[in-house]
Amino acid sequence: MPRITITVDGIRYEEDVEPRLLLVHLLRERLGKTGTPIGCDTSNCGACTVMLDGRSAKSCSVLAVQADGCDVVTIEGLGADGSMHPMQRAFHEEHALQCGYCTPGMVMAAIDLLRDDPDPSEETIRHGLEGNLCRCTGYCNIVRAVKRGAQEMGQEVRTS
Amino acid sequence: MIPARFDYLRAGSLEEACQALAADEDAKVIAGGQSLLPLLRLRLSYPTTLVDIGRLPGLSGVEDRGDHVHIGAMTTHDEVMRSPVVNAACPLVAMATATVADPAVRHRGTFGGSLAHGDPAGDLPAVVLALDGVLVARSERGERDIPAAEFFVDYLESSLRPGEILAGVRIPKLGEGWGYHYEKFHRTAQAWAIVGVAAAVRRSNGAIQEARVGLTNMGSTPLRARAVEAALRGVEVGEQVRPACEAAAEGTSPPADLHAQPDYRRHLAKVLTYRAIGKAAGAP
Repeated sequence: MPRITITVDGIRYEEDVEPRLLLVHLLRERLGKTGTPIGCDTSNCGACTVMLDGRSAKSCSVLAVQADGCDVVTIEGLGADGSMHPMQRAFHEEHALQCGYCTPGMVMAAIDLLRDDPDPSEETIRHGLEGNLCRCTGYCNIVRAVKRGAQEMGQEVRTS
Repeated sequence: MIPARFDYLRAGSLEEACQALAADEDAKVIAGGQSLLPLLRLRLSYPTTLVDIGRLPGLSGVEDRGDHVHIGAMTTHDEVMRSPVVNAACPLVAMATATVADPAVRHRGTFGGSLAHGDPAGDLPAVVLALDGVLVARSERGERDIPAAEFFVDYLESSLRPGEILAGVRIPKLGEGWGYHYEKFHRTAQAWAIVGVAAAVRRSNGAIQEARVGLTNMGSTPLRARAVEAALRGVEVGEQVRPACEAAAEGTSPPADLHAQPDYRRHLAKVLTYRAIGKAAGAP
């Protein structure tokens, strides 16, 4: 069984993995990172989106062995010292969720799209979230939350 | 679902990967895995071994080589659509790549992977076909050039032989005077094209001198709409374009699925070809 080394939310793990083990199963079942949900079986929904070496990826569409040596950030690794990441806070304050199932992936995809455009238009946000489905909100509050999160992240960068 | 069991080999060199594939015809290459992993999860594919070429150096990157652009097979969609070389020299490739799936998939999915996968509903096969791209296969025996017109054999089937790996693609530069457009009709933003049309048009003195039209999802392989290409030659940009595009479905055998019946796809092909030609020709 291949042995992999993987850093998840800042902690380094060594794991023996079956080749067919998906990254999302490694995260949830071995490492207890159940903040990353599994939504579909078709790569469509984006609920399981994480950062893989700094870029968004659907963790159901990556084998754990492919992530050997990589740095993974899940929704659980975003906040610091018990406080929420500005994007998480923005989702909370703008009521950008109802059932919450898509939220971890939405937040990761939102943060990813800001790397290209720290002050995105509504259209840019909607395109950036193409790979993430929400069946509750109709997306309006999500778009608002991403705009607010972007502003707050920008301010944090400026004041720090 | 959890995929069925398979062995895993992380190839240390292209030679090692080719050997492993030559030794076992049920072995399969994995690069970004964005087409293959969904198939494995749905248990539609049962490879004995996955040969991972994801870490091999030299298979990735875009290069301007004078009369053509070389795109390494492992270049991700995200890299292709942002490449200044691709955007300047073969913008149709960048346009179509930007419509592939969604950002997270484009971070991992590769240009060569989506060609070798050979899905006629994929956007890039029709584009490479329309641009007369040349696919470069590597094996233990060396390198082999495969013109796009001979590469796509059937549904999910390419003319790659056992032991061959797609290493890169040469996209000829078309030069001055060409306009491009990729018109895609899909149900949701990240969905496969119900029908897609890749168009390249060379225009001078208000008339179309030459047109290239590639069709996505109008048969078991990507197709060229040769009848439209012939009908458009010499046509002035204006009212004559629409009748020429009526031939778009000629020689096609579009699939039937949940989203569309063949007759609807044939209708779409005409409408989308007209739109794509109009935009590629810069029509108002």
